[in-house]
Amino acid sequence: MSGLQLEQSPTTGDEVISNYTINFGPQHPAAHGVLRMVMELDGEIIERIDPHVGLLHRGTEKLIEHKTYLQALPYFDRLDYCSPLGMEHSYVLAIEKLLNLEVPLRGQYLRVLFAELTRICNHMLNIGSHVMDVGAMTPNLWVFEIREDCLNFFERASGARMHSAWFRPGGVHQDVPLKLLTDIGDWLDNRLPRLFEDAMSLVMDNRIFKQRNVDIAVVSKEDALAWGFSGPMIRAAGIPWDIRKSQPYDVYDRMDFEIPVGTNSDCYDRFMVRVEEVRQSARIMRQCLAEMPEGPVSSTDRKVVPPKRGEMKASMESLIHHFKLYTEGFHVPAGEVYVATESPKGEFGVYLVSDGSNKPYRCKIRPTAFSHLQAMDFMSKGHMLPDATAILGAIDVVFGECDR
Amino acid sequence: MTQVLHPAPRFASNQGVKDALAAALGDMLITAKEQHGEVVLTVVRDRVEDALRLLRDEHEYQQLMEMAGVDFPDRVERFEVVYMLLSVTKNHRVMVKVSASEATPVPTVTTLWPNAGWLEREVFDMYGVVFAGNPDLRRILTDYGFEGHPFRKDFPLTGYVELRYSEDEKRVVYEPVELAQDLRQFDFMSPWEGANYVLPGDEKAGADTPAAPTPKSTEKLSETGAGKAANKKAAESESAPAPAKDKGAEEAGAPKPTEDRPARKPRAASAQDTKPATQPKKAAEKKPTAKKSGAGKSAAPKPAGDK
Repeated sequence: MSGLQLEQSPTTGDEVISNYTINFGPQHPAAHGVLRMVMELDGEIIERIDPHVGLLHRGTEKLIEHKTYLQALPYFDRLDYCSPLGMEHSYVLAIEKLLNLEVPLRGQYLRVLFAELTRICNHMLNIGSHVMDVGAMTPNLWVFEIREDCLNFFERASGARMHSAWFRPGGVHQDVPLKLLTDIGDWLDNRLPRLFEDAMSLVMDNRIFKQRNVDIAVVSKEDALAWGFSGPMIRAAGIPWDIRKSQPYDVYDRMDFEIPVGTNSDCYDRFMVRVEEVRQSARIMRQCLAEMPEGPVSSTDRKVVPPKRGEMKASMESLIHHFKLYTEGFHVPAGEVYVATESPKGEFGVYLVSDGSNKPYRCKIRPTAFSHLQAMDFMSKGHMLPDATAILGAIDVVFGECDR
Repeated sequence: MTQVLHPAPRFASNQGVKDALAAALGDMLITAKEQHGEVVLTVVRDRVEDALRLLRDEHEYQQLMEMAGVDFPDRVERFEVVYMLLSVTKNHRVMVKVSASEATPVPTVTTLWPNAGWLEREVFDMYGVVFAGNPDLRRILTDYGFEGHPFRKDFPLTGYVELRYSEDEKRVVYEPVELAQDLRQFDFMSPWEGANYVLPGDEKAGADTPAAPTPKSTEKLSETGAGKAANKKAAESESAPAPAKDKGAEEAGAPKPTEDRPARKPRAASAQDTKPATQPKKAAEKKPTAKKSGAGKSAAPKPAGDK
């Protein structure tokens, strides 16, 4: 940090204050992780922001090149650790696209159900922390209750609260117990709306919250397109673009849901888009629960999906398949695909290059935060220093994903 | 055209897109292909900016969603830079590719999309591809002062340096990587599925080694080798007799009981009269603790003369 520099003005003889450069982060509670922003301030007005990312760079893409397709899957949980299943979704769909592998209907329904649960889980964290960044404490504590419920559901489905590794190429790893589905149904009908609407009633019309967010970081439609925005960021700009709707994957084409869009394209709109998305996610989940058919949850192609343990104990062929799939893994036909899904934060893409072996030749991950964070400088120019935290909160940035 | 079975995102049909774009790009195009449902256009490196401008302005590919570098060390121009374009109006995606080497800079597209800045920085950081015209081509993801381009195929997975906090120097120090255990790289290529290396123990087997002999069959009696000659030969070699039993030696068996081992003392008390661990303290024992807690807040006994 450079100190306050006092200079003599050559014309008036007065003391003038030159621009002030500060470090925001890398350890700052409102930086949502390890973000370092070098800010040039004129008084309290932001002149320029240079975000330094990469402090959490772990070389995930390189590590994936050294693992088989299945072994690489858990890395995706650890990218955006707030919405792990949303990350897995793109990766398994990319593999399935290369293999042209059919997924049974129940598997697709389960993936959509849990992808939407992940969306609720992610938005709870973002809504809560965004609200806390601009000064309110209580709603964060309330929505964390919901997040805790979501994590419990993940645990009951996969055994892990956060890093589920539950979506697999060909479907999902295990079927869920019926009681879990009925519990999710009850939760959607009773607990979620009560807790969520209660918490939101504190925030949505709150004067202080509006003062901190309305008309902050207004982005035009043209700018949103040019800067590669996606997800709630582009929807808040008034562009009804949602990959779930326009390029449906799994069984999203059977779902009936609305896409909320903003009118003013400011931080408040981004927040409200997420609030409405939570309600729409609940709607999708109810449809999943009502329509979900019986049947296998993952592909029965034994050259890709390993057999269940019970089967393996009884059949020699299953034993061989099990052994081969957990050592060598499956081979994926050579080629390249770019598969992007609507993760809770925006377009999360996987560019997968296969050379026909059992390991990806190259796996490029498109993080959502990279494009959004890049626009930080352009969005915060001319705003006050405390607005930077509101803008950052409305981007919904997680560094596990941004830095990879 | 194979039937689409997978549930991956279904964007607008690729029907005719490849030919239309190929015709529009004209001599900027090198190859166009459609594989796995993706349209991939390879363009001339020096004209990538023009090609992308054409796709953006006249073919409605408004968004540059992603740029990826790929390394193919065997090629003359070893890197590929891939641009993923998205059209939100046509609901379609295409990939545009250029090839490059370390010495051949790729024209920047920051003039077309402002978000290309960081994407190009990342490809530069990871692969060392230079983008001519990018106003801010700094490293982005690696450490300050990092050397090398880590995603190249010839860069080791473990890297070259590791850092730790040194208690002696009171700062973070960089040291060459030292692995306590070698990184395990399993090779699952089957030798009969085209592994292009010599198996351990097979080093002597070169191109001039004779082919393996034809397998011996035993379909006819004459092929088995059985017969008079074999019987006679078998009779010549007498197998060694079984070892004779040495009657004098003591037979091996269980060791004799040692008489001089002292017998264990019988337990004095039964297990029941030991105090259970969770037994509550008696009322008589509570008194001094109550006094103590009244005297000072901390339960831990303090050494005399502490204050």
